[in-house]
Amino acid sequence: MDALLIPFRYDYMVTAMWVSAVIGAVCGLLSGFVTLKGWSLLGDALSHAVVPGVALAHWLGLPFAAGAFATGLLAAGAMAFIKLKTPVREDAVIGVVFTSFFAVGLLMISLRPAGVDLKAIVLGNILGIAPADIVQVLVVAVAAALLVGLKWRDLMLFCFDPNQARAIGLPVGRLHVLLLALLSATAVAAMQAVGAVLVAAMLVTPGATAYLLTDRFGRMLGLSSALGAGCAFAGAYASYFLDGATGGCIVTLQALVFLIALVFAPKHGLLATARTRRIAEPTDLPGASLGTDTPTSSLPGGASQARPSN
Amino acid sequence: MTESEPISLEAENVTVTYPSGQTALRDASLRLEGGTICALVGVNGSGKSTLFKALMGFLAPARGTVRVAGRPVREAQKKGWMAYVPQAEEVDWSFPVSVADVVMMGRYGQMNFLRIPRAGDRAAVEESLRRVGMWELRERQIGELSGGQKKRVFVARALAQGGRIILLDEPFTGVDVGTEEAIVALLRELREEGRLVLVSTHNLGSVPEFCDQVVLINRTVLAFGPTDEVFTPENLTRAFGGALRAFEIEHSTVDAHDGRALTVLTDDEHPLVLGRSGHLEYRRRAGREDLVSEREKKAREEQPPAA
Amino acid sequence: MDALLEPFRYGFMLEAFAIGALVAAVSAVLSCFLVLRGWSLMGDAVSHAVLPGIVLAYWAGLPLAVGAFASGLLCAFATGWIKARSRIKEDTVMGVVFTGLFALGLVLMSRTTTDLHLDHILFGNILGIPRAQLIETTVLSGLVLLVVGVLRRDLLLVSFDPAHARALGRPVALLNYLLLALLALAVVSAMQAAGLILVVAMLVTPGATAFLLARRFDEMLLKAVLVSVLSALGGIYASFFLNGSPAACIVVAQALVFVAALLLAPRRGLWRRAGSAGAP
Repeated sequence: MDALLIPFRYDYMVTAMWVSAVIGAVCGLLSGFVTLKGWSLLGDALSHAVVPGVALAHWLGLPFAAGAFATGLLAAGAMAFIKLKTPVREDAVIGVVFTSFFAVGLLMISLRPAGVDLKAIVLGNILGIAPADIVQVLVVAVAAALLVGLKWRDLMLFCFDPNQARAIGLPVGRLHVLLLALLSATAVAAMQAVGAVLVAAMLVTPGATAYLLTDRFGRMLGLSSALGAGCAFAGAYASYFLDGATGGCIVTLQALVFLIALVFAPKHGLLATARTRRIAEPTDLPGASLGTDTPTSSLPGGASQARPSN
Repeated sequence: MTESEPISLEAENVTVTYPSGQTALRDASLRLEGGTICALVGVNGSGKSTLFKALMGFLAPARGTVRVAGRPVREAQKKGWMAYVPQAEEVDWSFPVSVADVVMMGRYGQMNFLRIPRAGDRAAVEESLRRVGMWELRERQIGELSGGQKKRVFVARALAQGGRIILLDEPFTGVDVGTEEAIVALLRELREEGRLVLVSTHNLGSVPEFCDQVVLINRTVLAFGPTDEVFTPENLTRAFGGALRAFEIEHSTVDAHDGRALTVLTDDEHPLVLGRSGHLEYRRRAGREDLVSEREKKAREEQPPAA
Repeated sequence: MDALLEPFRYGFMLEAFAIGALVAAVSAVLSCFLVLRGWSLMGDAVSHAVLPGIVLAYWAGLPLAVGAFASGLLCAFATGWIKARSRIKEDTVMGVVFTGLFALGLVLMSRTTTDLHLDHILFGNILGIPRAQLIETTVLSGLVLLVVGVLRRDLLLVSFDPAHARALGRPVALLNYLLLALLALAVVSAMQAAGLILVVAMLVTPGATAFLLARRFDEMLLKAVLVSVLSALGGIYASFFLNGSPAACIVVAQALVFVAALLLAPRRGLWRRAGSAGAP
């Protein structure tokens, strides 16, 4: 029993666990939007694109978050520009831009390696996080959480039906930029915990898991940030016993939780959909008096309409 | 209707050019009043959806203006006057929102900064859901509805929003005939309330049945006005060019039986049926008896029955 | 003048030029299919997902390529399987699967104390590839080039118009899997030279560049290979003088060519379009 409490005796472990949890929570929050907007590749891309900014900030002695944020937005701008101006497919544009930025970052680091820990950037180093970096992470996390808290309904409408958002006069362009900026900022924070390569997981997996578990957007956001925080905390804890690779542990844990949800989720899990597929098609509920058309579903497998929710 | 002032929609010499340099719409002008159901008709690539977007304020014209009741579209959007019912394919049906959530989104424009619903918002959502007969299903996830039910949810959203100009994008694709009639009945009610209902469609045949006005589009507005006046063979040819297939049924064949009944079978889309003198034929004549008999009289005068 | 020829005096540099060019050619060929297909994320995913396979193969004493190939394919299959059975979008599923596998690889790696260098796998080690792996890379690259060379018409058809391919009686599913398998092989063969993290760049950028420059598919293939090989040679050459990471130099060189194509391409370039905007 005592052995399980050992990690809590070390200050660096306690710090690593709670900082990871904060990062996990805020990434989880954003992952809800990323999953539904179909921006998974973008999350991955932004987390790679911030690397040259980190290197530059080191050279100039600026806070790493500032440099990272700037190159993240620059990359997003470059993608938007190239997509608008050429017939190249969007996914290829994203691929070209983010790998180019990443390569520039790696090149910059390899040219002047002093003071920059390449492995810490690529794979994360939460166990050795400096107090100044903790402050930066906290600022980013609080700001992101606050903005999402204030504007999540607008962002939801932006993801769900941008035309309706436009029709009622919401500033769609600004919402788009807000979401991109939030993604860049959280990617910078998450890089501390899991490294640039695995940030994508923090920005996708909790949202995907929560998406399997609920049919309400608000609940999905709550769930995904709780999952993000829980997995990050537990992953950091487990990494003590596994000797390092904190980022690997956190993301592996997230993936395991996703697998469990994929199989056992009450309504959208594999077991549940297999069960409902065997049940006969449902009858229409009362209130459907106008029109007598048959149910349709855009869901793969068409299974989710089978259970009336009231 | 909160505002007593009548609604109108006016486009003046609207030209839209895309960033690629392509001009999708040139000098389009039209004027529509409330209390109408108007169809926007044109083939794919005719600039129909561009006009649609320009009228909704989704894209800014390179030249020309769009005004709603004499105001800029932006202002009308802020007031919640512009309501939009998307095509079924545009919606992510597995998005985790309930029927009530979707309708509540119509209220966002009128809510405070945090979009926290108040009693008035809830009442508006309930009223509009009851009106389209979807109140009992308000807790369902939107993907768990049938095609027609989905469409009604979005119409309810437009109602909850208080939309005075309601644009429906291809409302009848993927909806069966029964549901189509139910939706048409609903649209007629909206017209009676003085709203302006705009329907974008490529389906010619259904237009005369429920639209009293038509805007014909082919790179510009070719014609707009009452359906009877706009739907002439000449206009339609200009709008559709070779894209229309015309089945001309010789009147001798038809006359051989009773001379009036005419059956046209078609798989999916409503056919557009024109009479001898090129006038519109309606599937249902209720409410149009005077019009039809007048036309028949006119046709007889022009073309005395020979043999 | 002599200074400019200096890189060619070292055996390891010549080896690097040769292997770099070979790997660049292979990835360029595949990048054409990936770009046309909309599979850029797939290249990203497979290149990360091979990590756990490499570690496991090392433990089992198998060639690393075998493990990498297996886990790259596992990623592609798992993505397809989960997508077909759940409500989650494909890009999300792929994001979850490949990051999960990569993370698992890192955890496994941290349990291994060996001469298997994580740095070399992630960032490449083109200047010091062991002889055995040099041969492995050459064989794999040759195999991929051969298969693509023979089947490029079928692969193109499947990428361009799967329905038509099916109508013609081509085994569409089989060809899709073949393309995935080739992708996994290309990743494995490029791993030593470019590193897992930058392989994805070599699997996207040349194709995108050639897409801007070419009108027909064969032309696109040829131009992609040309652009990729020249960037690889140029990048390695520059890295000698810059004393920077060769893999990063290769990718930066490819990116520069892409930007040049973006601006100057004869028909699709921005500069050209701005100049001819008035003309019909």
